[in-house]
Amino acid sequence: MRRVALVGVGQTKFGELWDTSFRQMIIEAGTRAIEDAGMEGEKIGAMYVGNMSAGQFIHQEHIASLIADHSGLAPIPCTRIEAACASGGLALREAMIAVGSGIHDIVVAAGIEKMTDVIAEQSLEALATVSDQEWEAFVGATFPALFALMARRHMHEFGTTEEQMALVAVKNHHNARLNAYAQHHIEITVDQVLQSPPICSPLKMLECASITDGAACVILAPLEEARKYTDTPIEIVGAGQASDTIALHDRQSLVNLRSTREAAKAAYQMAGLRPEDVDLAEVQDSTTISEIIAIEDLGFCKKGEGGKVTEDGMTAIDGALPINPSGGLKGKGHPIGATGISQAVEIALQLRGEAGKRQVKNAEIGLTHNIGGSGGTAVVHIFRRQD
Amino acid sequence: MHVPRFWREIPNRYNLIGTKCNHCNKVFFPPRAICPNCRRVGNLEPCKLEGKGKVLSFTVVHVAPQDFKDQVPYVLAIIELKEGPKLMAQVTDCDPDEVEIGAEVEITFRRIKEDSEEGIIHYGPKAKLLRSKPSEQT
Repeated sequence: MRRVALVGVGQTKFGELWDTSFRQMIIEAGTRAIEDAGMEGEKIGAMYVGNMSAGQFIHQEHIASLIADHSGLAPIPCTRIEAACASGGLALREAMIAVGSGIHDIVVAAGIEKMTDVIAEQSLEALATVSDQEWEAFVGATFPALFALMARRHMHEFGTTEEQMALVAVKNHHNARLNAYAQHHIEITVDQVLQSPPICSPLKMLECASITDGAACVILAPLEEARKYTDTPIEIVGAGQASDTIALHDRQSLVNLRSTREAAKAAYQMAGLRPEDVDLAEVQDSTTISEIIAIEDLGFCKKGEGGKVTEDGMTAIDGALPINPSGGLKGKGHPIGATGISQAVEIALQLRGEAGKRQVKNAEIGLTHNIGGSGGTAVVHIFRRQD
Repeated sequence: MHVPRFWREIPNRYNLIGTKCNHCNKVFFPPRAICPNCRRVGNLEPCKLEGKGKVLSFTVVHVAPQDFKDQVPYVLAIIELKEGPKLMAQVTDCDPDEVEIGAEVEITFRRIKEDSEEGIIHYGPKAKLLRSKPSEQT
């Protein structure tokens, strides 16, 4: 396989973008990425777009055609990828494979979700469709409920506390304040998190990612051509994807995600790197417990110690291994299909040294971790700066 | 929801019938068509489950989907059945504070939700706390 690098990145602001349509959002993100790469649109050979459910959120399917059309890039092939919240991560992976294989040279990986054109209740219903409809949603499970079941079990097995989980949200909100693209720019305290209304115990409102509009885009090129477009190519040195049961109750364990572990194993192996080589990571914190379980399964700490290392400050921007310096899904926002791509945007900015006030020092190797549903899909990418 | 989608699940949901692989002896609920351990050499047959088990984890749902709004707060649990498989079910007939990890439960047949006043009524499994040890019951 050819070596592949990111040569341009861009995203919209994340938030309730009431004055911006689906098609405007994807074009804004795409234009920023193309300008970042200093590239002509004619160079682009194909597009992969992660999107969970334009059908439910804006009643529009066939978005691949819509995007190719309105970006002015038709007739190039455009393919929509869906894997719930991992849609963006999978789009990146497919784009990497397309460039790596030599089928295309310059490929766009994008992600988008327009969630606020329906009322909050309908967005929650749409989100619930990522679970097993016959055996989870049928009995009253919601998306946060699945993570609440993991959280309770994690507390039971390892003594993880509600305060430790709250600290994940406090940290990610703090980081988001330093990110102009983030949805939330408010600091929160542990007490505020603990006293926010219960959603699904033990998870409270300030522990769950919000409903967000947003789009993100990265441009991939063969590493050998990357310097035509950027002084600092960000090579994708590792990639792994894995599946697990769609229903949470079918898993052997409720406190780890086999899909994350398998995807990480494949990515580390491809990169020839170990967890301790990683300088920073953007991981899936759709709820606070998700980040705790993710950093354990990615090998950044021992199983069961995710809460404790968070409390000890390991995951802060100035900690030993900064996690979600962008603000994560909690602080930056979680436009489902865009999340996996936005994580790659953040890692690219960090590795290029362009992350401003939230810059992680001496960052050379970054990792993204994106899961779908309660972990039925996971995808991990490892990036390395090529000076 | 259209009736056939609900109707075709009735045998399994009402009677707690899963599948058992005669090759590896593993029991699955909800039922599966292919044994993930044995695949082509597997041989799955229907398997009625007793409905006794214990709570592996639980949550109290305060923000519910439209169909369940009138039921909040309700307890949702993952139950490990005696025969091995796990299922997700509400824990009913109790105060949420009474539920704890490890609590013994039995599956009962209950109303799950209604589509609307004119729509179909969905039935299925819910769990009930066994407040005394099964051996002490007559």
